[in-house]
Amino acid sequence: MTVLELEGEGDDWRLHLGGDWSLAALTQIEAQLKHIPGGLHGTLVCDWSRAEHPGIGPVWALLLHLTGLGASRLGISHTGDPPHFLELLQKLQSGEHAAPAPIHDGPSLEESVGKVGRWAVLQGSEARAVIGFFGRIVTVFREMFSRPRALRPSSLARHLYETGVTAIPIVSLIAFLISVIVAYLGAQQLSRFGADIFVVDLVTISVLREMGVLLTAIIVAGRSGSAFAAEIGVMQLNEETDALRAMGMNPIELLVVPRVLALVIALPLLTVVADAMGLAGGGLLSLLNLHIPLPQYISRLRESLSPTTFWSGLIKAPVFALLIAMVGTYRGMQVRDSARELGRLTTVAVVQSIFLVILADALFAILFVQIDF
Amino acid sequence: MAASIAATAAVPVIRVRGLVSRFGAQVVHNGLDMDVVPNEIFGIVGGSGTGKTVLLRTILGLRSPDAGTVEMYGQDVQRLAAVDRSSLVRSYGVTFQNGALISSLTVAQNIQLPLREYYPASESTLEELADLNLALVGLAHDDGKKFPSQLSGGMVKRAALARALALEPKLLFLDEPTAGLDPISAAAFDELLLYLHSQLRLTVVMITHDLDTLFLTCSRVGVIVDGHMITDTLDGLLQNQTPWIRDYFHGARARAAGGPAAAKDTHG
Ligand SMILES: Nc1ncnc2c1ncn2[C@@H]1O[C@H](COP(=O)(O)OP(=O)(O)O)[C@@H](O)[C@H]1O
Ligand SMILES: [Mg+2]
Repeated sequence: MTVLELEGEGDDWRLHLGGDWSLAALTQIEAQLKHIPGGLHGTLVCDWSRAEHPGIGPVWALLLHLTGLGASRLGISHTGDPPHFLELLQKLQSGEHAAPAPIHDGPSLEESVGKVGRWAVLQGSEARAVIGFFGRIVTVFREMFSRPRALRPSSLARHLYETGVTAIPIVSLIAFLISVIVAYLGAQQLSRFGADIFVVDLVTISVLREMGVLLTAIIVAGRSGSAFAAEIGVMQLNEETDALRAMGMNPIELLVVPRVLALVIALPLLTVVADAMGLAGGGLLSLLNLHIPLPQYISRLRESLSPTTFWSGLIKAPVFALLIAMVGTYRGMQVRDSARELGRLTTVAVVQSIFLVILADALFAILFVQIDF
Repeated sequence: MAASIAATAAVPVIRVRGLVSRFGAQVVHNGLDMDVVPNEIFGIVGGSGTGKTVLLRTILGLRSPDAGTVEMYGQDVQRLAAVDRSSLVRSYGVTFQNGALISSLTVAQNIQLPLREYYPASESTLEELADLNLALVGLAHDDGKKFPSQLSGGMVKRAALARALALEPKLLFLDEPTAGLDPISAAAFDELLLYLHSQLRLTVVMITHDLDTLFLTCSRVGVIVDGHMITDTLDGLLQNQTPWIRDYFHGARARAAGGPAAAKDTHG
């Protein structure tokens, strides 16, 4: 139990400190300090003879509190075996103890306008940085024609495997399930009009034109977009990219281009897989639920296809791949300084690439309608 | 807290007996003994990969020994770690090799982190204590508002030391505190350490490669050779004929004249 007793009157005060004065008693000490009245003047003697295990923190709090109380009008001294670090603390206190931070009042008009301005400038420089990043990638691509070594085949192969081959199971599964769901719900509606067979058209067109490529792109954005950002981001944190630059190597060529290239190759292939699995899912549901035999499903499928259906989906894949890979690698290269940045930018990479993919998909839809593709 | 693990002068602060540490087939420590007495600065040296950091982690109770015992204040660390981890942790302060400041918190918040965990005081008191610990290691109030990524190497080491001191330990472990610092910053850190050691009456266990630091600060030194520890005063080690030790201190003989005794006078 901490004891803190003030005794005396007028100009002559004595403060008895007793009981537990260790760090563990800090909250008690804090509470008791509040009972010392303000406006003291004269001399104050702190008697440490009954204090046990005085800790640095509590003694510091006491010193600050006493100084705050009496300002300069109180002469403080210590008796009765004061703690050995007291002198150190007094020195620290009398030294350059930091001034309190200037008080801020609410945001003024100037500040608000300034904020908007800063934001605009930031957006401008960000846009420039993105364009610069794209430019550097293009430069490396161009170099690759004159210097095939810049292609980095082993790195490309690794990324093809990681972004493409290892994604096959999950992409297949999701494409299959989604098309089963679409076919099932479609069948419920269409069978009311006796138009069961149009389920095939529904599945074929939706999977080939839209869902195959869009689902694949979203899955890949979640898997590989985040991986790109995190991998490159960690390399940034460890100064590995700086080391590469210092050795005269171009991080864009070594880290960014292989990833971009790998994804541009892998995503169309994954889309083909997703298309196939989607059609298979539709076929299976048609067989089980609508009792459309497989040969009939396939012939109906042929009829419903126009020459462009398949290509209108697939042609979008490289564009989506480019968006995902660029956003992921760009955000990774932006990581500076801290693990928190890494987490934030990885999240940004995924969210932004999914957004851009869907935006691009909408633009494609409008374009295809306009040119009747 | 300090009362429960009482520092009786007779009991060594740390006592390691027959420590064996293995990673698969690799034997890092092979029957290592070590004693640290109260109020000394004990240096640990050894080549890279000889298991200095592993030894530290074992003493801290972060790693369990494959054989042998580790006692802190006469109590088995493994048992303490299992029974009452928080009182074990509160009895020592540590700085890790790379600072290990939490990067998403400011320096002041890093210092307050252990305080908040164990002694929930009011915000203003926590502020004051953060300032105190910053001042103790020679950092300014404003440095407390910075994030670790905004600090220079020397400031990171100081900030890590401030965090280690926050719970007012009597025992301090430092893993290569001056590695990566320029000689002037390193010398300043040595002085800071000596100053804190005398003012706060700390027992310090320090891993270091820095001969200047060893000669200036350490009263005794343990050298890890072949999985064992050879402990002696610096004067003793300078006479030691074990090949690694001879090579290590080879360039240091000249320094011996102005060695630890002289250094103590100026700082003690
Ligand atoms: N978690 C671990 N797994 C496998 N080996 C390890 C591990 N930690 C350390 N080692 C090995 O133990 C040896 C000692 O490491 P360490 O104590 O970090 O060396 P140092 O003396 O340089 O601090 C090294 O050879 C290292 O490879
Ligand atoms: Mg180490």
